[in-house]
Amino acid sequence: MTTRQFGQPIKRKEDPRLVTGGGRFLDDLGHTAYAAAFVRSPHAHARILDIDVTGALDVPGLIGIWTHEDLPGKVGEPLPLLIPHPSLTAPVTGYCLAPDEVNHVGEAVVMVVAVDRYAAEDACGLVRVDYDVLPPVVGLENARAATDLVHDSAPGNVAAHLVQEVGDVDIAMAAAPNRLTLDLQIERSMCSPMEGKGVYAVWDADDEHLRLWSSTQTTTGVRAAVAAKLDLPLAKVDCIAPDVGGGFGVKIVHPWPEEVLVPWTARLLGHDVKWTEDRREHFVSSAHERGQLQQVEVGFDDDGHVLALDVRLWHDNGAYTPYGIIVPIITSTQLLGPYKPGSYRCEFWSLYTNTVLVTPYRGAGRPQGVYAMERTMDAIAAELGLDRAEVRSRNFILPEEMPYDHGLLFQDGRPLKYDSGDFPASLAKLKALVGWDEFAAYKEQAASEGRRVGLGIGCYVEGTGVGPYEGGHIVIETSGRVNVATGLTTQGQGHQTVFAQIVADELGVPIENVFVTTGDTRRMGYAVGTFASRAAVMSGNAIALAARQVKAKALRIAAEALEVSPEDLEIVGGMVRVKGAPGTSMALGTVAVMSNPLRYAFDEAARAATQFAGGNDPDKPPVAAGEEPGLEGKDFYSPTQATFANGMHAAIVETDPVTAEIRILRYCVVHDCGPMINPMIVEGQVHGGVAQGVGGALYERMVYDESGQLLNASFMDFLMPYASEVPFIETDHLETPSPLNPLGIKGAGEAGCIPVSAVIASAIEDAEGFPIRSMPISPTELWELRQRHTEPVAAQGEPS
Amino acid sequence: MKPAPFVHHAPTTVAEAVEVLRAVGSHGKILAGGQSLIPILSMRLASPEHLIDINGVAGLDRIEVRDDCVRVGALVRHTQLLQDESAYAALPLLRQALVHVAHPAIRNRGTTVGSLAHADAAGELPSVLALTEGVVEAVGPRGSRDIPASAFFVGPLETALAADELAVAVRFGRFPEGTRTGFAESARRSGDYALAGVALAITLQDKVIRSARASFVSVTDVPDVLDLSGAIGSYAAVPDLDAVADAVRAHVSPDTDIHATGDYRRMLVAELTRRLVTELLSR
Amino acid sequence: MTGPDVPEPLHEVTVSVNGVRHTATVPARRLLSDFLRHDLALTGTHVGCEHGVCGACTILVDGAPMRSCLMFAVQARAHELTTVEGLGTIDAMGPVQQAFSECHGLQCGFCTPGFITTITAYLEENPDPTAEEARDAISGNLCRCTGYQNIVKSVLRAAEIRASADLGAPPLIDADARAGEAPP
Ligand SMILES: Cc1cc2nc3c(=O)[nH]c(=O)nc-3n(C[C@H](O)[C@H](O)[C@H](O)COP(=O)(O)OP(=O)(O)OC[C@H]3O[C@@H](n4cnc5c(N)ncnc54)[C@H](O)[C@@H]3O)c2cc1C
Ligand code: FES
Ligand code: FES
Repeated sequence: MTTRQFGQPIKRKEDPRLVTGGGRFLDDLGHTAYAAAFVRSPHAHARILDIDVTGALDVPGLIGIWTHEDLPGKVGEPLPLLIPHPSLTAPVTGYCLAPDEVNHVGEAVVMVVAVDRYAAEDACGLVRVDYDVLPPVVGLENARAATDLVHDSAPGNVAAHLVQEVGDVDIAMAAAPNRLTLDLQIERSMCSPMEGKGVYAVWDADDEHLRLWSSTQTTTGVRAAVAAKLDLPLAKVDCIAPDVGGGFGVKIVHPWPEEVLVPWTARLLGHDVKWTEDRREHFVSSAHERGQLQQVEVGFDDDGHVLALDVRLWHDNGAYTPYGIIVPIITSTQLLGPYKPGSYRCEFWSLYTNTVLVTPYRGAGRPQGVYAMERTMDAIAAELGLDRAEVRSRNFILPEEMPYDHGLLFQDGRPLKYDSGDFPASLAKLKALVGWDEFAAYKEQAASEGRRVGLGIGCYVEGTGVGPYEGGHIVIETSGRVNVATGLTTQGQGHQTVFAQIVADELGVPIENVFVTTGDTRRMGYAVGTFASRAAVMSGNAIALAARQVKAKALRIAAEALEVSPEDLEIVGGMVRVKGAPGTSMALGTVAVMSNPLRYAFDEAARAATQFAGGNDPDKPPVAAGEEPGLEGKDFYSPTQATFANGMHAAIVETDPVTAEIRILRYCVVHDCGPMINPMIVEGQVHGGVAQGVGGALYERMVYDESGQLLNASFMDFLMPYASEVPFIETDHLETPSPLNPLGIKGAGEAGCIPVSAVIASAIEDAEGFPIRSMPISPTELWELRQRHTEPVAAQGEPS
Repeated sequence: MKPAPFVHHAPTTVAEAVEVLRAVGSHGKILAGGQSLIPILSMRLASPEHLIDINGVAGLDRIEVRDDCVRVGALVRHTQLLQDESAYAALPLLRQALVHVAHPAIRNRGTTVGSLAHADAAGELPSVLALTEGVVEAVGPRGSRDIPASAFFVGPLETALAADELAVAVRFGRFPEGTRTGFAESARRSGDYALAGVALAITLQDKVIRSARASFVSVTDVPDVLDLSGAIGSYAAVPDLDAVADAVRAHVSPDTDIHATGDYRRMLVAELTRRLVTELLSR
Repeated sequence: MTGPDVPEPLHEVTVSVNGVRHTATVPARRLLSDFLRHDLALTGTHVGCEHGVCGACTILVDGAPMRSCLMFAVQARAHELTTVEGLGTIDAMGPVQQAFSECHGLQCGFCTPGFITTITAYLEENPDPTAEEARDAISGNLCRCTGYQNIVKSVLRAAEIRASADLGAPPLIDADARAGEAPP
């Protein structure tokens, strides 16, 4: 009964509902709501000359059509820049509906509301928009060349330019006995949650109150943004995230145009309105990530120690920068992984293109950084003829060097300072798991059978649990039911379970009595959101702190009733009892009754409490000074910095000697996110991350043609892996606690996908014997690389 | 992604279906399994005013094994044909190809005849129709006719069926005694349309190759048959694999698309054929 | 004939879903997925792509898994439909549902109904699959959260639950070991 819940692989509380069809996702709400649809730009870059809606006006079921001209006040103004940065010198954000220029295929131009989505699409099809097509900027090469501009206000297509340097790279590089240069490329992919975005708004005209549901990663953010846009007091807006069918980053951006327009039309029409994004819309009008060109120069000694690391990145931020330059900042800082180069400089340019905007996708810039660093490590090993794991370990930050300050500023504007981790131990575990030392023999044997196999490795460090804060609120009902609320949102991470585990332990109550609500501004108005592997760290700790408050209060009240000192009490199984004398006890529900000096007795607990009703001191107020009625507690957790999780992956791949088909034979993960609240859930996060990583390494890309059309905007052609493409994943864990937070935990959400492209590139390189410098890689590309490497002329041109 | 309005016709006999087809002409589309058509409608890549839904038409759901062919009605779902033991015994190539068509949930609804009528060069079944020298039985306002495979495929997604013609069945020809068949393809993900594929039939008499013929997926504009009998040589123990691969490379004309280059597909289909020949002859 | 300004003709559609007859009046173009979800309010069936690839909308039509986004409601009349709601309840979960819950076979749960229907039908025909067969059986459905490993495990576990006469609490298999698809 008193088994600690923390650390147990307990079954998720949310599942019985979800597996029986009881989930409530966005489109499961509001069956009678009007439906919104959008006329979206078919051009990557064009001026809007004229919009003619007359053809659509007779569509049966049509309710309304709006263009930018119709948008009043702030609704018609540009969308906010969420995260400004001093080096983001040319920020540009889009509009809810494009006013006079469109900057990517899929940008919303006209909004249609009709009785259902069928009718709304009928009307969309009859709206005529005349465009004057402008030359589009597609791809980083073109953005960099800047022959054409995406925005006149961004010369050179440069949104931001940032240099960070630690030590003197030029001097160290010049002095280094060995130097290598790598030109690297990594392409776009996208989060692609199985549920697209969606917004449902109900306007209560009597109460002048807006209730808004959004499939978002931040309800507090959406609420504040919508209130501001619609000129509503915050108190008149609620935002709720229902069940959300995956996020992975794309749903942290806010407000999306639809998040403003749907409530705006709901108020205007006095009728609920809903927009459920369809898959095609999701491809062309949400967000992508990952596209970068990278140039690495590295200077190292004969033992493989990195003396100087000089990195230049060109980051494709798409058409707009509502989310600032978080992604390239993370790439440029987290690139360092577990290593400590003698000196480091990273310079990046964040460039506009006429493509879908780029905002964080699980890993958020880290996969690119790790890719750059790990390709570099392999190149050093190859150059020196050293074992690849050995070169890595020689550059590791050692446990005794923790905390380790890199001297750089991280994504949260605070120092990049690692708090914990034991990289040599992780590497040892990984080598044992994959059989690193036995691989050479296996490879030789495979070769004798005409097979090509390769082993790859990749290491990363991930800053998790970034601030500023999250809160926890707990109230215990007279029934003993424990209601827990935190403001950040859930997209499948099992928060209802892990937070309940924490509360069950802290309060000493059965986990069945704990009910967690996330992402509902009615229950918790202050919150940041779910991203950056921060939910467990931030809300987990906030909830633990809140639970400690509630517990203290419960003990205080019970102590008075039982006439003992609070220190002599404990809570076990939902009963407050005297330590060593379990017979003297009272239920937490009873304590809850007593915490609220109200006379009515509606339930058993209230009646039971009457036995403890103490003397009624006429000189004291029923609620003492400094106390509040109710068995309730609230607290916030706000760390000074991120906590750093880490991991190392290895993979064995086989490439077909003729067809260049690539198969992952084994995939091994060693992961350190500190003590695991629920190892089953952590494991699940790792699996899911690796699968996304495999997608990004071998299958997924956003294929734009030169005119800026996305050629693979469907699940037929955007090759998200099925089970048949994802390898069995072998995992091992290290649990190095973080000294930074009460629970000692670190984030785990993004980890799985971070090093996968690096690992697969490393393994293919090992199998093939020539460098892999561009990811993802498909059989057709590998086959072409082989041709080039067998033709000596072309091979000379190969970088490195 | 919702279809535009249409008028739904649900004939229950072939005659009724033909009557509707006559009336609506090129404004109508036949709806069979809908596994290709409905996505097209939902994306509004096509918005026919009439759909002639043949799912309620009696008598189209039969598989008949005859001496010279396997006859498959227009409402036979891929799964039904795949699982049919007598069809497998008579013409193993059907099952060998059908396992590569999409995933079970699609095969449970999609029809084999619909696949042929859809005539996607990346589909498996057109190559099977070609290799088996099959015949499509069409019925329309001008009567019935048999369309041989060689005349059926006109271009990518284009067949000899007139807009008002219904394919009521297809007859896949059976191979002579001593024929071994196989099907191989390579797709990016399991169940995807193939980057390249090959259907192969080798007829042996004792250890002597009497004939070897192949048809292809995704690498020719329309499925046609390549006679490899010359290239392969006659001695089954030592087929001339290089000559086979050369012949395949010379025959195909694959395009480059977002998933693979034409050159890659050419290499791939030659290699698939080479491996399939080896496999068939070593059975 | 319909045009932009002529209201569409409506059809009264009666279907049997999970053994219950439902009737609604809809236009011919109403996708079966929308019909179930919005006309009948059976929202357990999800929609992830509307072009047949993701499998979230998979339901059983006369026991066989099919994409409900690739059928029209008017075509469902003569059929017995089963959705995830018909395979168990919170208090009496079906074997596949129970296995998903035990094996952490879901995260966000959006893809889950399509997997559960697919696997239910699969196990009817293949009651004792190997790990490899289980993986193959689910490879027509997309999941973006789980990486599929625990879904494979759930298939094996569901097979075990089905096989055991007592649906109470058979021991949790060491499914990891069984699901270990033979390293080289
Ligand atoms: C996710 C997915 C993956 C797929 N993967 C593959 C694959 O790998 N390989 C493959 O071959 N197919 C694949 N398909 C397509 C599937 O096999 C279809 O079932 C098939 O192509 C069409 O058959 P249908 O009965 O569904 O035809 P429908 O979709 O109903 O019709 C297709 C076309 O053929 C016409 N038509 C249909 N029947 C007749 C008839 N009897 N007479 C005249 N015209 C007719 C229709 O008017 C329409 O133009 C896939 C489909 C999906 C959704
Ligand atoms: S919604 Fe039907 S398959 Fe994706
Ligand atoms: S559990 Fe989220 S998509 Fe499968």
